[in-house]
Amino acid sequence: MAVISPDAPLISAGDRAPRARSLTLGLCLTLLITSVFGLAVGASDTSLWHALLDLAAGRELSLRDEIVLWHIRLPRLLTGLLVGAALATSGALLQGLFRNPLADPGIIGVSAGASLGAASAIVFGASLPMALQLGFWLVPMAAFTGAWGATLLLYRIATRDGRTSVATMLLAGIALSALAMAFTGLLTFLADDAQLRDISFWNLGSLSGANWAKLSLAAPLILLCLGLARILANGLNGLALGEAAARHMGVPVQTVKRLTILCVAAATGLSVAISGGISFVGIVVPHLLRLIAGPDHRYLLINSALLGAIVLVIADVISRVIIAPSELPIGILTAILGGPFFLWILLRQRGIVDL
Amino acid sequence: MTRPAPMTRPAPLTLLQLAMTLALGLVTALGIAQRGIADEPVRIVSAGGSITEIVYALGQQDRLVARDTTSNHPAQALELPNVGYVRRLSPEGLLSVNPDLILAEEGAGPPETFEVLEGSGLPIITIPMGFDLPAVQEKITAVAAALDVPAAGAALVAQVTEEVEGAQKAAGLHNQRILFVLSMQGGRIMAAGRNTAADGIITMAGAQNAIDGFEGYKLITDEAVITAAPDVILMMQSHRPGAITADDLLSHPALSTTPAGRDQAVLQMDGMLMLGFSVRTGQAVTELANALATAGH
Repeated sequence: MAVISPDAPLISAGDRAPRARSLTLGLCLTLLITSVFGLAVGASDTSLWHALLDLAAGRELSLRDEIVLWHIRLPRLLTGLLVGAALATSGALLQGLFRNPLADPGIIGVSAGASLGAASAIVFGASLPMALQLGFWLVPMAAFTGAWGATLLLYRIATRDGRTSVATMLLAGIALSALAMAFTGLLTFLADDAQLRDISFWNLGSLSGANWAKLSLAAPLILLCLGLARILANGLNGLALGEAAARHMGVPVQTVKRLTILCVAAATGLSVAISGGISFVGIVVPHLLRLIAGPDHRYLLINSALLGAIVLVIADVISRVIIAPSELPIGILTAILGGPFFLWILLRQRGIVDL
Repeated sequence: MTRPAPMTRPAPLTLLQLAMTLALGLVTALGIAQRGIADEPVRIVSAGGSITEIVYALGQQDRLVARDTTSNHPAQALELPNVGYVRRLSPEGLLSVNPDLILAEEGAGPPETFEVLEGSGLPIITIPMGFDLPAVQEKITAVAAALDVPAAGAALVAQVTEEVEGAQKAAGLHNQRILFVLSMQGGRIMAAGRNTAADGIITMAGAQNAIDGFEGYKLITDEAVITAAPDVILMMQSHRPGAITADDLLSHPALSTTPAGRDQAVLQMDGMLMLGFSVRTGQAVTELANALATAGH
């Protein structure tokens, strides 16, 4: 038995908090560098450095440079940061709630609901009365309504007498997703070929449509959800021990569940609404961080937000230059990069995780 | 990318040529001053296959700097940078080729992209679409107006009208029922209904679309195939490996029982030629009508 001497370090060997904290610092720095890249790289020859030099010297930017930097790259960068952070945080929150590393926003019906909403808007949008023709707002609003509606319905289904059953939610989520996908299939059948193309492109996701109008609507709510997620950390840490144990520890279990679900529905719903379906960020990012710095939600949630933002901005930069002047949908890239990477982690960690 | 030098190249000029050049320059300058336009668009992006064909037919291809994925005719157009699928254009991708005009098919987008571009003061002209002769005429006139070559436009409209009307007259009217097959998915047939480019070209060639129960392209059941009773099956030519072939269609159980299946009447035509509704529509009508005259009898 080890003798505890008074001058032994207070941190035990298993405590990965310092590691998680330095990871946060490192991620913040990486995020800054990535963001500069996000502004500097694009299909056009507009140079961030020249623009900054011009601004510093008090010269006016050309209209074209101003449009590229201010109306295309900057809103696109900020959208990428927010969406990446929202998707990765949502993944981490749900994995905490379900105590399952495979959970992602798809599991509570968000993705299928959003997809159904978007497909309805694409197929029926043209035949709506003029008063309801909302231009580029129509598809995002329908997607958000679909995502939010599916989650609320699921929450209702899984809640009896003020208690939400996580297992019911998981199973009902699968059923509801299948139902929503069937309706999307029906819409695909009704769609003409241009609408079909629109539906499949929407499902692949893109930040190409980012603009200030959408960002100003989505950003405050997504930021609110990210802030809320931080408050939920202790509750989720308690839940990791099981619901009964958490309740004995004084964790308000039902409140934590409700807030987590609402938070995920809002953050993911908004992200998906403004960028379409983007896969794999919600699973790979939190999983990777758990392997590096442990499952403590106090650090996991913030680090997930940072790494999610980094990953999405990098993927977006690649998507816009790889086949310029055309563009590759970002959902393809996140899955192409995320899939093999995830497999590699699993194979490398086999001895520890042992699937 | 450099454009061919205009008339003022520093080559030795005869006095007459110089005088003509000056006179022409003066007239052009006056014309521009009158209309109050600073410059004619010379860096044009064409977003739509039929528009690209018209620009080439008007002889204005030197003014094109980029095209979309659907612009695959004439073959030289493929050498231009590709800005992506016509309904999914990226704003920075478009700006990166430094255009001074975008010619967009009706339905090109997304709207977010065009909104940003309009903010940059870049003119975008939408060209209307349609699947009959008046639509083709309107398209050509609109493109010619955008390129500021109305005379060449009028000549092209007259030429195309003559070709199409001649082809239609030669084709005459017959009662052949045509089933246009866009693709086959898991043994089921995707057929063209009303209000499609395929329906338009079939009607112009004097035949009937065997399907009139729906609009657009849809998967149809085997029983619907038999009920449609087509005399001829029409499909797009494809050299891609794995694309459906005439043999695939003829061995389809439902199709093989139709008159077209019995007579082995399957026609294949180039997709852009047949469905583009552009300057080659006259040629398309003639080719289709000639093929129909020998098929399915």
